[in-house]
Amino acid sequence: MSDTILRVNDIYKSFDGTGVLRGVSLEIREGEVVVIVGPSGCGKSTLLRCINGLETIDRGEIWLQDEKISGQVKELHVIRQKIGMVFQSYDLFPHMKVMDNLLLGPTKALGRHRQEVEQEALQMLERVGLKEKAYVYPRTLSGGQKQRVALVRAMLMHPEILLLDEITAALDPEMVSEVLNVVIDLARGGMTMAIVTHEMRFAEAVADRVLFLEEGVVLEEGTPEKFFHAPATERAQRFLQSFTYASKRDQAAAKPQGEPL
Amino acid sequence: MQDLGISVLFRGVNFQRLLGGLWVTLRLALITIGLSCLFGLLFGLLMLSKKKIAKVFCRVWLEIVRFMPQLVLLYLVYFGFARLFGWDLDGETSAVIVFTFWGTAEMGDLIRGALTSIPLHQTESAAAIGLTKGQVYLYVLIPQTLRRLLPQAINLSTRIIKTTALVKMINVTEVLKVGQQIIGQFYRQPDAAFWVYFVIFLLYFLVCWPFSLLAKQLEKRWA
Amino acid sequence: MDWSFIASHVRDYTGGAWVTLRFGLYGVLCSLALGMICCLARYFRVPVFRQIAAGYVELARNTPLLVQLFFLYAGLPRVGVRFSAEACAVIGLTFLGGAYMAEAFRSGLESVDKAQVEAGMCIGLTRTQNIRYVVFPQALATAVPALFANVIFLIKETSVFSVLAMMDLMNVADTLRTSGGRTVEVLFMLVAAYFVILLPVSVIATMVERRLRYAGFGNQRSV
Repeated sequence: MSDTILRVNDIYKSFDGTGVLRGVSLEIREGEVVVIVGPSGCGKSTLLRCINGLETIDRGEIWLQDEKISGQVKELHVIRQKIGMVFQSYDLFPHMKVMDNLLLGPTKALGRHRQEVEQEALQMLERVGLKEKAYVYPRTLSGGQKQRVALVRAMLMHPEILLLDEITAALDPEMVSEVLNVVIDLARGGMTMAIVTHEMRFAEAVADRVLFLEEGVVLEEGTPEKFFHAPATERAQRFLQSFTYASKRDQAAAKPQGEPL
Repeated sequence: MQDLGISVLFRGVNFQRLLGGLWVTLRLALITIGLSCLFGLLFGLLMLSKKKIAKVFCRVWLEIVRFMPQLVLLYLVYFGFARLFGWDLDGETSAVIVFTFWGTAEMGDLIRGALTSIPLHQTESAAAIGLTKGQVYLYVLIPQTLRRLLPQAINLSTRIIKTTALVKMINVTEVLKVGQQIIGQFYRQPDAAFWVYFVIFLLYFLVCWPFSLLAKQLEKRWA
Repeated sequence: MDWSFIASHVRDYTGGAWVTLRFGLYGVLCSLALGMICCLARYFRVPVFRQIAAGYVELARNTPLLVQLFFLYAGLPRVGVRFSAEACAVIGLTFLGGAYMAEAFRSGLESVDKAQVEAGMCIGLTRTQNIRYVVFPQALATAVPALFANVIFLIKETSVFSVLAMMDLMNVADTLRTSGGRTVEVLFMLVAAYFVILLPVSVIATMVERRLRYAGFGNQRSV
């Protein structure tokens, strides 16, 4: 299909003999937002890193549009120009101002003209509410602001697909929504995305499809309505329950008074 | 092999003489290291004292010692003290004075650095589980301080060993001097000088290198 | 204090200081170059060169400059390799200094977070672009304090040049001391001369360090 942006075919990946990804397959169409959830260590981040070539896969194939990108070594940087990735630790370059952070990729890797990119960058910064921070150093920004800049940096490369790896995990709670609202805005604008997150309400709001990964295998896949409200597998149910708490007051009511210790 | 300059070292007790010369500097280094550890501990604790005057005193001492080249300090003591105070110090004594003066300050600074680098919450959480102040020192502070201190102290010791070579310049008969004597004796052997100095070079390397390896290993294991 | 003696000999000391400074700076510059080359050989894992670089660093850091100079100046000529006193000074200082500079550069490179390298890769930079725009600036900023410390260290080491036949500061002082007495004045001027040389370098180093720390360089991550 020509509007399939990403195809992951049955990939396997192990570290030091431990299998982290065991036969994961996935297809993302143009404009689709796929959210990947699962317990820690299930391989979600590794999956994204394999797509981007930061890790090599042991078996299987990864296709970006009509080009096979797994197993490539030489022209990885060209492939990465089409894939945008934002990490939990934002990793803005501390020795450059915000604008230079944004300009580096488009001017050096894509060879675009500086003035033209600068205009576009200012527009994007305005969209995320950071236009006045265009010429400061990253260390003066809050975590939420840094993450929004990181998103703009990735978007300025005009990627075919955006990979987001738990981008709010390191943020103070107040800043999480400012970042996630930017992501929802991008999704509405038609950006193809693969998002790994722990924020379940955000996942439900932004996803077209949800993938539940556990121990390197896709256990369940479905629409957000189905997954979050009527998960099919027991493991998915248990996972979702781990985000809720029984109220202390409910337990007290359940226990009869005066029970001997 | 007879014509090779290195054979000079195998004649008679030449090699032993060389080693004897090396021992002169090593002995000085060991004395310096020992005294520096002792006084350095006091110096380090002094640097941490609450009294401003103690801190300033230590700071000035440290800066003087770090600022001036060691050789200049040696000259000052060996030649200068004789003039100023009428003391007749031999080379070795001057060396011990100067190097201990330097070593104490450096070691003290290392100790201070190691002690202050332990994060406060380590001692706080130890106190929070009910240990007495003494127990906190014994079980938490001192082991961790030693781990940060030891690799750097070993590196400082290596630097001291290398610096003691300078005593050649104040007329102490150490390994280079002995080497010169051997070369002079065997003037008929043209390339003796090359081999003698090369061997001295290797000797210093063989003495210092194991220590720096040890320091690296400890650092890796304890970092 | 005999001030007339001091006044009449300022010229000698200036000459000596200039010799010391000049060859010290040549040595420092060559050390920086050599250190950079060694570091790159190890960073890019160039075969053969990287092992040579590693071995060289260990050798140079574990032997005193004095011994190295003896070998260069008195040992090598016996096998036909003859350098002038000035050349020996620069070569010796470069041999020693290159190793220290290499270590400073290496620690700078290692301090750059792997995540930064990955971030650069993710925006599609080639390996060369990544190294040039992301890694090197940050590595250099981290290495600068160590580099400056090395510069000061090397300039202090130049006091050992007096073992060669050149009129550096120590030899000027020595000559004046042995020829005319007035030890106290001679030594006073020696200390003053080194002070004049080292103070500006030290001040510049502190200023640069403070600027960099203010800019928050290195591996600062305020998560």
